[in-house]
Amino acid sequence: MSDNRAFSHVSCPFCGLACDDLALKVDDEKIRATQNACPRGANAFASLDPLPSIKPQVNGVDTSLEKAVQAAAQILHQSVQPLFAGLSTDVAGMRALMQLGDACGATFDHMNSESKLRNLLVLQDSGFVNTTFAEVKNHADLIIFFGTDAVSRFPRFFERLVWNKDSLSGLKTSAREIIYLGEVKNTQAGIAPEGRKPTLIKCTNENLGEVAAAMHALLNGKTLQAEQVGGIKITALNKLLEKISAAKYTVFCWSAADLNFLHAELAIQSLAELIKTINEKTRCAGLPLGGTDADVTANSVHTWQSGFPIRTSFASGKPMFDPTHFSTQRLLDNAEADAMLWVNSFDEKRISPASKIPTIVLGRVGMKPTKDMQVFIPIATPGADHAGHFYRSDKIVALPLRKLRETLLPSVEQVVHAIETSWRGQHAD
Amino acid sequence: MLIKLAGGRLIDPANNVDGVVKDIYIIDGKIVASPGGEKIDKEYDLRGKVVMAGAIDMHTHIGGGKVNIARAMLPEDHRADLVERTKLTRSGCGHAAPSTLTTGYRYAEMGYTACFEPAMLPTNARQAHMEMGDTPMVDKGGYVMLGSDDFYLRMLAAKQDQKAINDYVGWTINGAQALGVKVVNPGGISAFKFNQRKLDIDEEHVHYRVTPRAILKSLTRAVYELGIPHPLHVHASNLGVPGNVETTLETIKAADGLPMHITHIQFHSYGTEGDKKFSSGAARIAEAINQNKNISADVGQIMFGQTVTASGDSMIQFKNAKYGSPKKYVVMDIECDAGCGVVPFRYRDQNFVNALQWAIGLEIFLLVNDPWRIFLTTDHPNGAPFTSYPRLIKLLMDKTFRKEQLAQINPDAAALSTLGSIEREYSLYDIATMTRAAPAKILGLTDRGHLGVGGAADITVYREDADREKMFSAPEYVFKDGELVARNGKIVKVVWGNTHKVKPQFDRGIEKQLKPYFDKYQTLQFENFAISDDEMCECGHGSKTLLHACRKH
Repeated sequence: MSDNRAFSHVSCPFCGLACDDLALKVDDEKIRATQNACPRGANAFASLDPLPSIKPQVNGVDTSLEKAVQAAAQILHQSVQPLFAGLSTDVAGMRALMQLGDACGATFDHMNSESKLRNLLVLQDSGFVNTTFAEVKNHADLIIFFGTDAVSRFPRFFERLVWNKDSLSGLKTSAREIIYLGEVKNTQAGIAPEGRKPTLIKCTNENLGEVAAAMHALLNGKTLQAEQVGGIKITALNKLLEKISAAKYTVFCWSAADLNFLHAELAIQSLAELIKTINEKTRCAGLPLGGTDADVTANSVHTWQSGFPIRTSFASGKPMFDPTHFSTQRLLDNAEADAMLWVNSFDEKRISPASKIPTIVLGRVGMKPTKDMQVFIPIATPGADHAGHFYRSDKIVALPLRKLRETLLPSVEQVVHAIETSWRGQHAD
Repeated sequence: MLIKLAGGRLIDPANNVDGVVKDIYIIDGKIVASPGGEKIDKEYDLRGKVVMAGAIDMHTHIGGGKVNIARAMLPEDHRADLVERTKLTRSGCGHAAPSTLTTGYRYAEMGYTACFEPAMLPTNARQAHMEMGDTPMVDKGGYVMLGSDDFYLRMLAAKQDQKAINDYVGWTINGAQALGVKVVNPGGISAFKFNQRKLDIDEEHVHYRVTPRAILKSLTRAVYELGIPHPLHVHASNLGVPGNVETTLETIKAADGLPMHITHIQFHSYGTEGDKKFSSGAARIAEAINQNKNISADVGQIMFGQTVTASGDSMIQFKNAKYGSPKKYVVMDIECDAGCGVVPFRYRDQNFVNALQWAIGLEIFLLVNDPWRIFLTTDHPNGAPFTSYPRLIKLLMDKTFRKEQLAQINPDAAALSTLGSIEREYSLYDIATMTRAAPAKILGLTDRGHLGVGGAADITVYREDADREKMFSAPEYVFKDGELVARNGKIVKVVWGNTHKVKPQFDRGIEKQLKPYFDKYQTLQFENFAISDDEMCECGHGSKTLLHACRKH
């Protein structure tokens, strides 16, 4: 088709904000954003331009989809401990992977697990008082960014959720107070429409846990011997607590990916416990940001189908969850996996980690096969080439993804079902 | 294919059949009249067996965001109940917050053929349907939550007329592909976002200046006037609060004589008498149900042991988090739409409050006269996991067992309860009513919950056993839409069940208000809110959606 087609209210699956207000046009199967896309989203759609010929490969040689599927099934058939990793896919793709992985005893790990675990470990140990996008947009009069600027990873965060015009609660949105705590790159977005600048309270992100714990102690009426924590004066922390208690609805926003240091879960836990205590008197909630590369999507499906979050092995026939043991890198380093299926639907730069074990890659347009990949199968992109579902950062909203153009490429769901059929045939022998 | 179930003893309250020995014939998943001399393809000898329609759980939290939070939160609970894959079934885990697959298998193994998720948030309805879609064996459906969503509260505050409210409710049900409407702590979930910590039935929401009573009246009427078979499903104000029996009695009054279903009423039947200021209000509640024929209720029985409470009631769950065990919880404000709270809980028989809660639930079961208006639930998993149903049935059917159990609980609680003096025992006919005929009737599922000609062949066959717990744990045969799916408590065939829903008519003019509301305040586009029929197919393994008629009054 070469006719020019226009689409509106399209969901964008290229970061965890999952904006669903994009307008796009499709001409000659090329997708171009016409409205509301951020540069990253626009570039991502443009990067999907069809390539003249991308064929499945087995051992570096072009082949048919059928042959590639058979080769993939054979690798799994010969494997005792297969690893299903990457896992950036839509709901249907993840459902198919779970069905196959359960049958063949795979271990599941997502490409973003390292950062996702920082929140998960807190959930399983003590929990959260959290909120979602529309609540921030309509209620938050004080937003404290905890070691993140939000926009470096989620470009339209302020445009959509902070400097919106109207609110349901009577809140004057332009009067919201913005505070950055920790290390941040870009504070431009925090400048209010009338030019009011945000407050910066600097410390290293490694010190954020101590800072939250000190605030918690002060809130509980404890006297601290120290005059400063992480380079921040106690008086400044007291002032911040006064602001929180005067606010109607404080939101602490963090991105676990930005808290990239050893045992960052403890910093997040300190914050989560502070938020709980603040809620004894006034309202306050956390907003963890994530969801990019479908990490929330994959984890949601994995959790409802198995009862456990990702980093679970089905090798024993039962789901065994172990968040440290089943990391992709650890399994590869210790030769505890003998085949890898890597699935990557959204970011062509996320290639499978180098390894000596047979590797099957289901990769999006623009991903180049490498010599490490025994089988490479190019796949369609959910939300461009086929319909599907993608979870937003706040875990509540699963956005419908649309088919925008025709493609000959199969979806992850189709490929995985085909691999399963072939595998069952070989396995029955 | 013609199947004959020969010689079983039928207990089918919907057709006034109590213990009649009769053959059942099945063609293409439906119960048919005797086909005369036609060749029988498959015959089951059911002589001496008890035959009932498949059981229906009308209130069980099996899908949606809060259930998945509970799953992710509780690896320690799952590890004690891991489920191994078989050639036929998938692996997973059970107990308090089971995986979707295990949920379906275990319900079917117990003779249940339909389960309804009662708390489907409009903005989270897609997930609820996807999880239910991954729940095999049983039919599913959801009640969409309204009453703390800002759009509705604004309408009420602006005193919009009942017709506009009805249109909004109709629009939401259609968009969320729901079977009914639920209200949770009316207005309270929203009030919590404005830092209100309690909201009595006549107390005003601090921002919208509307009361729970006004919300109950308008939603009860909307559901009635839209002709939705299932009455408004009400999780009343003040859950768990001593003295809430008064709130519940006022909630019944707010129905104005229209049909209303009060859910997990055990948690809403507490008085303030005695030294500990906590007492049973069961007698007053049962009396009110007996007197008000427009009212039905499910019990939400608690059973002792570890579970997890997962509720839309963020206001109450935040307050109750300090009683939780193990000590962890999640409370969320959600999308100007609703909220949720997930708190693990361990009910202890030696704890005065827990023991009395247990007794109060049983008192309500036994003091409500009409089994057509009281339903067997534990509010899974809030009172206990659904796998405790066979034991609960034994407590209702066997007074000796009940009295033995009563003798083991906290003695102060036992002394305060009238349970020991209640001699009533439920019959098999009563159990079949409250777990089959009555839920089908109250949900408007005309082809379920009975064994008459034209009914769907969802059929459970039990071996008689004086130990009712044993009898109801592992039925000999379970048929789903005419196929044998479980045998002696083990799955023999995996099916995916149907999704039940209603599509009430409404005036699309309401979208003139909704579109600008979404544009200004929401973070999901108006155009992406409604779940399409195609999506329902993708969500549910290609299972059928069954549409039920709405009858305008």
